[in-house]
Amino acid sequence: MSSFSSPAEREGNMRVSTPLTDDVVAQLHAGDAVEIAGTIYVARDAAHKRLVAALEAGQPLPFDVRGQIVYYMGPSPAKPGRPIGSAGPTTSYRMDPYTPALLAAGLKGMIGKGNRSAAVRDAIIRHKAVYFAAIGGAAALIAKSVQAADVVAYPELGAEAVLRLEVVDFPAIVINDMYGGDAYEAGKAAYRRVAAG
Amino acid sequence: MREIRAEDVTATVARLCVEANCNLGDDVLRALIKAREAEPSPTARVALDQIIENARIAREEQVPICQDTGLAVVFVELGQEVHVAGGDLGQAITEGVRRGYIDGYLRKSAVTQPFSARVNTQDNTPPIVYYDIVPGDRIKITVAPKGAGSENMSFLKCLTPADGRQGIVDFVVESVDRAGANPCPPIIVGVGIGGTIDKTTQIAKRSLLRPVGQPHPDPEVAALEQEILRRVNDLGIGPAGLGGRTTALAVHVETFAAHIAMMPVAVNIQCHVARHKEATL
Repeated sequence: MSSFSSPAEREGNMRVSTPLTDDVVAQLHAGDAVEIAGTIYVARDAAHKRLVAALEAGQPLPFDVRGQIVYYMGPSPAKPGRPIGSAGPTTSYRMDPYTPALLAAGLKGMIGKGNRSAAVRDAIIRHKAVYFAAIGGAAALIAKSVQAADVVAYPELGAEAVLRLEVVDFPAIVINDMYGGDAYEAGKAAYRRVAAG
Repeated sequence: MREIRAEDVTATVARLCVEANCNLGDDVLRALIKAREAEPSPTARVALDQIIENARIAREEQVPICQDTGLAVVFVELGQEVHVAGGDLGQAITEGVRRGYIDGYLRKSAVTQPFSARVNTQDNTPPIVYYDIVPGDRIKITVAPKGAGSENMSFLKCLTPADGRQGIVDFVVESVDRAGANPCPPIIVGVGIGGTIDKTTQIAKRSLLRPVGQPHPDPEVAALEQEILRRVNDLGIGPAGLGGRTTALAVHVETFAAHIAMMPVAVNIQCHVARHKEATL
């Protein structure tokens, strides 16, 4: 079901549909601006702890992570008549201790913000996965791309529950690709005026 | 004595929580627009466009600018000729935070037992409240919701007097470099110098209440702010960490007298969603 369109479409942004396949991931390069459509799953700190505990105990996960994208996010409460409140990314490094296990289980993509650990960057290469960033703090804007949100696990975690979102035109940028590219490093290097050493 | 009713404090705090979270200050917006005009990186301009458009949507629809509506940090300047009637001042503030976060559809991000069960208090209490007793018969209340993304990227170091001015500049620049893309740049860098470690951290946080880019009144401190800002923007981290010339919108430095053996420096980073609203009763 995955589709992929040329970079020329939609003001140059690539359109990426979920679930992700190896073919789609292979076409994504650090620095690419994309728009994501389809189902994505929301999980952050407390949910990651539980997901990986389940994996380690050999228990089933509350959703099949294979080919999926996980969005590191905890929304504000939805106002009446809206699917979700403000919904921007949270900082990704806090999920680093749990990420390699989820990638090994088949997770293909992550959306968050901020730098990842070396272990996560290696796991992204090894498992042919991709790390996207959304613009941190652009939470009211990003919420516009969410059409539906349902709690799929851990409702007692409140803002940290696992959600399933239906998104269209979700704006993101490829940060770490399966080739080892890193958009943060490249972007910083291009504008840095600091003497080495 | 002038009487101020506790319920008026509660209503004011509740209103300020919502207003601060949904309405980005004009000073921040102006600084973002100015950065957008000066930014040479096309990717950075796209990021700044999204950030500016996001602030417009939040204000128009009265929804939170950022989903992380923070812990509620409340600064109270209590006039010594004020009598708070009909309740306890601290409880009145806490009740205001509870109402603001529940009625205003703001996220509840506070957990107790932080090292173990991490149980959400469900109403974003307790707030973090600082009291100053001042002359007069008014209460000034400032609500400054603080999100975790930038607070987690804040640092404290006990420099020695021998480290001097250069030691401070280097430590602040290293701190921002270490924070990288994490704290949602473009940031405002709050710096506290002097005092004890609690004092230096508190003045760093208070510096974030200043209108963005307003220089310190002491020219020597203002020059230090400008030097750190230049160095920080030479790091190239850029808006959203995607590379560019705007890593920080401003550097705000506050100082306090230090012990003869000390020169503590606190770096309290503020994301571009630099929120605070104040009211005087």
